[in-house]
Amino acid sequence: MSAHKVLRQRLITFPFMLLLAIFLVSLYFMYQRFVVGGMGAVSNLNGGFAWGIWVVYDVVIGTALACGGYALAITVYVMNRGQYHPLMRPAILTSLLGYALGGFGAFFDMGKFWQFYEIFLPWNWNFNSVMLEVGLCVATYILILTIEFAPAFLERIGSKKLLRSLNKVLFLFIALGILLPTMHQSSLGSLLISMGHKVDPLWQTWHFQPLLAILSALIMGFSIVVFEASLTTAGLHQDDENTLLVGLGRIIKWLLVAFVVIRIGVLAGQGKLGLIFAGGSSSLFFIVEMALFILPIFLLMVPGANRNASQLLVAAVCMLFAGAAYRFDAFLITFNPGPGYTYFPSAPEIMITLGIISLEIMLYLFFVKKLPVLHGAKHA
Amino acid sequence: MERRDFLKAALGGSAAAVCSVGMAQARPNLEPAEEAVGMLFDSTLCVGCKACVAKCKEVNSRVPAHSDPDNPWDSARDLSADTFNVIKVYRSGKAVNKDRIKDGFCFEKRSCMHCVDPGCVSACPTTSMRRDPKTGIVTHHPDSCIGCRNCMVACPYNVPQFDYNKVFGSIHKCQMCNQSGVERINNGQMTGCAEVCPTGATLFGSRKALLAEAKRRMTLKSGEVYTYPRGDVSKPDSMHEKTVPNYQKHIWGEKEAGGTNVMHISAIPFDQLGMPPLEERSAASVSETVQHTLYSYLALPAIALAGLTYVVKRNTDHDDDEGGMS
Ligand code: SF4
Ligand code: SF4
Repeated sequence: MSAHKVLRQRLITFPFMLLLAIFLVSLYFMYQRFVVGGMGAVSNLNGGFAWGIWVVYDVVIGTALACGGYALAITVYVMNRGQYHPLMRPAILTSLLGYALGGFGAFFDMGKFWQFYEIFLPWNWNFNSVMLEVGLCVATYILILTIEFAPAFLERIGSKKLLRSLNKVLFLFIALGILLPTMHQSSLGSLLISMGHKVDPLWQTWHFQPLLAILSALIMGFSIVVFEASLTTAGLHQDDENTLLVGLGRIIKWLLVAFVVIRIGVLAGQGKLGLIFAGGSSSLFFIVEMALFILPIFLLMVPGANRNASQLLVAAVCMLFAGAAYRFDAFLITFNPGPGYTYFPSAPEIMITLGIISLEIMLYLFFVKKLPVLHGAKHA
Repeated sequence: MERRDFLKAALGGSAAAVCSVGMAQARPNLEPAEEAVGMLFDSTLCVGCKACVAKCKEVNSRVPAHSDPDNPWDSARDLSADTFNVIKVYRSGKAVNKDRIKDGFCFEKRSCMHCVDPGCVSACPTTSMRRDPKTGIVTHHPDSCIGCRNCMVACPYNVPQFDYNKVFGSIHKCQMCNQSGVERINNGQMTGCAEVCPTGATLFGSRKALLAEAKRRMTLKSGEVYTYPRGDVSKPDSMHEKTVPNYQKHIWGEKEAGGTNVMHISAIPFDQLGMPPLEERSAASVSETVQHTLYSYLALPAIALAGLTYVVKRNTDHDDDEGGMS
């Protein structure tokens, strides 16, 4: 039988009620958006800033935060580090939730949501469009994640036969589950290329956008695994998974080094290093962002740091902010469509995003308490 | 083969493929359509009467935009879902000298530039923005549009506009009066704005003829008298004489990001008129080069998937008790 177990704890707790309250408030604004007044009624989107936090947080950053399943799948199934297997199922669950709600965010942001299916009709496809790749690939990946998570559900309802046949072909879905995020996470970076001059020169790296995007997705994916596992250990009284996490810390360190070296190298190659010290707000955001990438390298390099759970957690949080900052800076904060346009998210816009995040956490709590997700046994 | 070697070989192979494919397929800027039609906006001729704005609204059945409740006339400040063409004012200092940089003023038109290599067309996932292969006119087709607004962010000029204040909104932009149901160009007419422009500031014609006219004006000496055409550059409705201003030697849209079919000339530098800082290479051409290099019609992902399946299969078979994700 499975080594995973249902977390036998009460579902309805005070934090859960708080999340529910936030979600209910956001439902009201969703009603405003879909029934009463359109996107304009709840958002500050405009002609120059056509994409606000719904696209940039819910989709661009949200799906990167949901790359835990992807990052671990590479570790376990490509690099063949089977010892990380216990972290796999919770990571798949958070990936599924993150992507599903990212998909919902995209739908929510879709100007012509009642025609969303048009993107699935092959005769409409524009193969030059990065957005086409992102849309189709993310949609497929949500399906793949659902299949990858299905064993937890099948175990719960005790459907042994289905479970066995699914396990036989699961390797195919695992392979797809590694390929698809590689594709669309790099494409999220490629979206920036078509935005041309509107993207600040410090972030407009042209041909290098997909590479930097996939690296940042991996960094965020690994960090979220460390982050979640540490939190689960603390909050849900699970067994100590630190011994596993320290190994992940080592992988992340090299990813970070690669990212920083490539990022700076590209800027040097494109003759833009001077812009870092030009003194404007872009310089400031760039320096803060780079500091968030570089600090964890040092945190992880201190001898013995890998054994220190809290230091690892700090590093993970740093990297989550670093990855998020990289994407926020490029898509929104330093984005400049030209004179006459400014953007700051409205309160309802923020509430809707918070509502989606709340829903995500509530669903996570629901699933780990109702299905065998978390790993049961002690491990080396 | 050892797994490590296999991985190395696979990675090396795909890297080589990326490079070779990249070289073979680097996509240059698109060329202008052979019979491209367009407009030439000469800011020095514009008197700010906004006849073109009114005519545009009539052709496209748009309501006036009131940016000031006390003034009932159309006072659109910028492009919007109700305004596809707008006249903006440049002001500096006392704003008393027309077409002078210092203490000067002038008028500048904003509308779709009908790019030769349009970002909106390249970015649209559902082919809802299309460049006509013959006329080069860029039209929008709402039936397949999902409203992702990538056309808006990928347009260097912020032209496509979404009506955010409707639950069932749509993307709107100038379609050079040639959208189905209007089809002025196909019917041998000119654009509405060029037809009503009293000074010929907005001039209609083929891109070639307009470019030739613009180049001719670049050679004129400030202060001499030139006979300016109105309406269609090849068969003008009428002509009028005017002293030549001090033109900037720059035809906006000849080369910027692959060029545009709607070109501008002016006596004020274009960056001061709010034109974007564009290179000659279009962002669309870079984006498509990268995209087709990485995907090369899905050959590369297919190879990668084959490799991944092989590796994952081997590594899941190692698992003693549990297969896959269980
Ligand atoms: S100006 Fe903008 S909307 Fe018009 S063709 Fe160019 S990219 Fe498309
Ligand atoms: S909003 Fe519509 S026209 Fe614009 S890119 Fe998206 S699908 Fe295409």
